[in-house]
Amino acid sequence: MRISARLAQRIAVTILGGATLVTLLALVYIVFFVLEKGLEVVSVDFLLSDSRDMGRAGGIFPTLIGTVVLPLLALSIATPLGICTSVFLTEYTLENRITRIVRFGTDCLAGIPSIIFGLFGFIFFVMTLGMGWSILSGGLTLAVMVLPTIIRTSEEAIKAVPRSYRDVSYSLGATRWQTVKKVVLPNALPGILTGIMLGIGRSIGETAAVIFTAGSSLRLPHSLFDSTRTMAVHFYILAREGISTENAYGTAAVLIISVLLVNLAAYWMMNRFIAKRS
Amino acid sequence: MSIIGEKGVRRILLVTAFSALSALLLIALFIINEGVPFIFRYGLRDFLFSSEWKPAEGRFGIFPMLAASVWVTLGAMAVGAPLGIAGAVFLSEFAPKSVMRIIKPAIELLAAIPSVVYGFIGVMVLAPLIRSSLGGPGLSILAGSIILGIMILPTIMSISIDSLLAVPQSFREGSLALGATTWQGVYLVIVRAAKSGIIAGVILGMGRAIGETMAVIMVAGNAVKIPDSALDSARTLTANIALEMSYATGMHRQALFATGVVLFVVIIILNSLATVVIKGKVARR
Repeated sequence: MRISARLAQRIAVTILGGATLVTLLALVYIVFFVLEKGLEVVSVDFLLSDSRDMGRAGGIFPTLIGTVVLPLLALSIATPLGICTSVFLTEYTLENRITRIVRFGTDCLAGIPSIIFGLFGFIFFVMTLGMGWSILSGGLTLAVMVLPTIIRTSEEAIKAVPRSYRDVSYSLGATRWQTVKKVVLPNALPGILTGIMLGIGRSIGETAAVIFTAGSSLRLPHSLFDSTRTMAVHFYILAREGISTENAYGTAAVLIISVLLVNLAAYWMMNRFIAKRS
Repeated sequence: MSIIGEKGVRRILLVTAFSALSALLLIALFIINEGVPFIFRYGLRDFLFSSEWKPAEGRFGIFPMLAASVWVTLGAMAVGAPLGIAGAVFLSEFAPKSVMRIIKPAIELLAAIPSVVYGFIGVMVLAPLIRSSLGGPGLSILAGSIILGIMILPTIMSISIDSLLAVPQSFREGSLALGATTWQGVYLVIVRAAKSGIIAGVILGMGRAIGETMAVIMVAGNAVKIPDSALDSARTLTANIALEMSYATGMHRQALFATGVVLFVVIIILNSLATVVIKGKVARR
């Protein structure tokens, strides 16, 4: 039996729409499920008190510190490197073999799974360079991991700065670097910040690369050479070792909220950037 | 800046431009340096195709893990690819622009949910459901596939949407002008024109599924044996590394790095494949 084109269209739209709905529901369900169970546990006290008994009791304050410090360190290393790379790719060279190789390297790095970063960070920073399980090892590993994100978004942002801005700057007698510093980068800033926020979001949610490099100490770190535990790692350990389901939900809620907030900030900046451009 | 000068700046930038590439090479070098000598000593065939993983007895065959990784990844693709592509087609071709403008960022936002959270949902919700309705231990290849499938949905969907939107509007108008319905146009023209982008999205999603570690550890059960059915517990390559790394020493640790080498090679192949597919599209335009 042949079905009419109109009917085929109706069936197709129903199926496709259904699939979209299933996807959205699954993803939204995950967020709400965790928030519903977790927010009961979360309180100011939960956020600001020390963990006791391996996280079975008490709050998550030490992991909050770890979650702030590690991404900060990672991004303060990756950001300058990433911006310089993208400036070089866009402003200082034409498309040639070098840019192709650099782009290929960046793409490959972006696709490497976090467990490989964990292995690398462990053998290189922790063992070979003797940094031990520390904030420094973890931060450096995360820096390598988020570098491709920073490079890509900065490159897009710099490319979006209109040609005419540069032409005006050059016609005023500015050198290339002056143009980059005074014209290109300030105008690309919101786009670059978007990349930084995305990098922070990814670092906050990372587990595999962090657990083998920064360790999982629940004590408050006093220097870059102390081990620390991020919220994601804390949540993983609580859930996996069945230490406390309740606190696991609480940690997960805080984790999801922070990641979503950071990413929302990224989108907000991206939209402002696009609005300003057009 | 006058101290360094234009040439100096250029040189500094050139050096930093190689940071990502040198990081990649450094990673490859260290993983290979730890893992490859072991593979040579142990024998590639024994390492890949023997199913005995008994570190205490010096037996390091990763075949069960290899099989588990393949099964879980294929399962994740079976869940994620149809849903992701269908969603992308619906949002880009049938949904109103305003709906898409809200849902696409929302889906990308959900891609940022940490993998451990997905794993946790798998343990708390999905595994008990599978155990009570289909039997088996619950923590299984099936659970892993579904969770990973959902995790890679945003990747596949967002890349597919981008490539569908990149199809020129004239293609749509042309097919409508010939009397085709919207669906016929989508099916016969638009999806084919966007094919390479969609395939690239699927390949990148696949890379993410193979490389995912923590979520899989939590939901797949981690038993070291060649799985017989989708309801069996299984341990993937990534899970094997992460589970034993914390206490492994000597040969055992090298074997784990060798597992990392296998994973590294697979990922590089997949990424190159995705790059080639996208390049082919650009060249044809």
